[in-house]
Amino acid sequence: MSNDILGAVRRYVTDNFLYRGDGKTLTDDTSFLEIGLIDSTGVLELVAFLEETYRFKVADDEIVPDNLDSLRKIAAYVERKLAQSRPATGAA
Amino acid sequence: MRIEHYLHDAARRRPDHPALIVGEQHITYREVDELAGRLAHALRCRGIEPGDRVLVLFDNALETVVSLFGSLRAGAVFSIVNPTTKADKLAFMLNNCQARCLITRGRHLAVAAEAVRHAPSVSAVLVADAADLSDLPGAVAWKEALESASPDSATDAGIDLDLAMIGYTSGTTGLPKGVMLTHRNLLVAAQSIVRYLGNTPDDRLLCVLPLSFGYGLTQIFTSVLVGATVVLERSFAFPFAVLQKMARERVTGFALVPTIAAILVNMEKLPEEGLGSLRYITNAAAALPPAHIARLQTLFPAARIYSMYGQTECTRVCYLPPEQLAVRPGSVGKAIPNTEAYVVDEHGQRVGPGVVGELVVRGGHVMVGYWENPEATAEKLRPGRYPWERVLYTGDLFRTDEEGYLWFVSRKDDIIKTRGEKVSPKEVENVIYQLPGVKEAAVVGIPDPILGQAVKAVIVPVTEGCLKEKEVIGYCKEHLEDFMVPKVVEFRTELPKTDSGKIKRGAVEQAAQQP
Repeated sequence: MSNDILGAVRRYVTDNFLYRGDGKTLTDDTSFLEIGLIDSTGVLELVAFLEETYRFKVADDEIVPDNLDSLRKIAAYVERKLAQSRPATGAA
Repeated sequence: MRIEHYLHDAARRRPDHPALIVGEQHITYREVDELAGRLAHALRCRGIEPGDRVLVLFDNALETVVSLFGSLRAGAVFSIVNPTTKADKLAFMLNNCQARCLITRGRHLAVAAEAVRHAPSVSAVLVADAADLSDLPGAVAWKEALESASPDSATDAGIDLDLAMIGYTSGTTGLPKGVMLTHRNLLVAAQSIVRYLGNTPDDRLLCVLPLSFGYGLTQIFTSVLVGATVVLERSFAFPFAVLQKMARERVTGFALVPTIAAILVNMEKLPEEGLGSLRYITNAAAALPPAHIARLQTLFPAARIYSMYGQTECTRVCYLPPEQLAVRPGSVGKAIPNTEAYVVDEHGQRVGPGVVGELVVRGGHVMVGYWENPEATAEKLRPGRYPWERVLYTGDLFRTDEEGYLWFVSRKDDIIKTRGEKVSPKEVENVIYQLPGVKEAAVVGIPDPILGQAVKAVIVPVTEGCLKEKEVIGYCKEHLEDFMVPKVVEFRTELPKTDSGKIKRGAVEQAAQQP
């Protein structure tokens, strides 16, 4: 499941923030801030994408580098949010 | 006194006081001054002489500030350019001012290498954070260059009448113009600003605006002038994190543009730590909607809010005393201390209250001209009160009210202001026309709640459907700075024209704003 999320996020970021001849290699752990990939309006668009795709609300204090500054961090954040909204079951 | 003398003085007075806070690093005045001295020596060793131009392609970082002061210390003229500038435009600027030196970082190496290949005047390139410099023969690593330089550089760099910087600004012709500012120009502006903002050595100014932007750079100058501290941030991408940093570092002054305000006012949550230390907020580059001013005041009740207006050509023009926000929140106030600003008609005669005319600025902060562009200079700098004087025609339409306060009406030209940055429609159109399949193109600004204006391209393709929006935007991203890239592309079968066949951008804009 996490690979689906990582893949979807990578596709979105590549389509919207990279361009041909960019020279920017985007690994799963590349820091967006470090390479100047995304600015404040870009982050708002990314947040809108996550909210629409995964149907949860991103709070202001969740728009932080720990949650959104790399593909892997975004995927992990999405998983955490989805786990929170899943109803608890008896099974492990 | 020149600008770098103020840094040196601050380093002698309070050597251990933080000049910059970058990330978790506190860099003292002594350290910045020493690094600037080393860079000056490194530049001189590489043939940079007084008056030579040094271009700096860097985001907000310690190296950018050191590059600025190091260049001045060597008697050189610096120009900080937007780090998202692409090779074509970078080459243009390098050639335009016949730059001798380029300072950049590894992430921009490809762009830098391509530009330098087409800029024969460049004889020295310094690169920070790069493992492999083989793409740029002759380039040296920043760290090594500074480490092998002497920290002591005592030679006279010049006087305050000398050029300190060239600020490239977009113009309607599609080619940027180099605003020439002397040490004196910048110091008159900085001294005036310090006076009306009441800056002290205990101030901590947040600078999240790009240093390639005059308004961002001004934070550095005013801070160094009084020996204060700048908390230097790269980006407002993560607003909550920036606010937390502001609270942690007890920031006292926050310079913003309406785009930042638009993001802030929509936030439902602010950091718990609170921003009680914030004593002022300034706004410039575009008008702050009164509703946003009111909301900012609610979010930061202890802060005084200053609505200001300026342009690269003179750094700052006017400011509204915060008490006046209750009376006239849409005004940008009166001329900054030791300067004048007044409205004239098409004959250059002052007009009375309520009459719309062009704003003219008089003062020691006014640029000395555009680099090697006498025509553009003659348009903007015209005779003033005394025969030896030149006053600045801002190119903006203003009026005054009965109490003499200034109100911005509109630009005279069709420059788009997006995120507070200028975008020349022609410059973007020129890039779009490079795409095969484009028959005609017009670039206009459309209202945007966060950006102020968004850039929109309206294209008549050679054949219907031969171009896609994503292609156009992608191509623009390759050739333009980020903020210039169209947000929206619309395809039409024709564009409105004048009798002589010129595209009427105004009419395109009208249609663009219709729902």
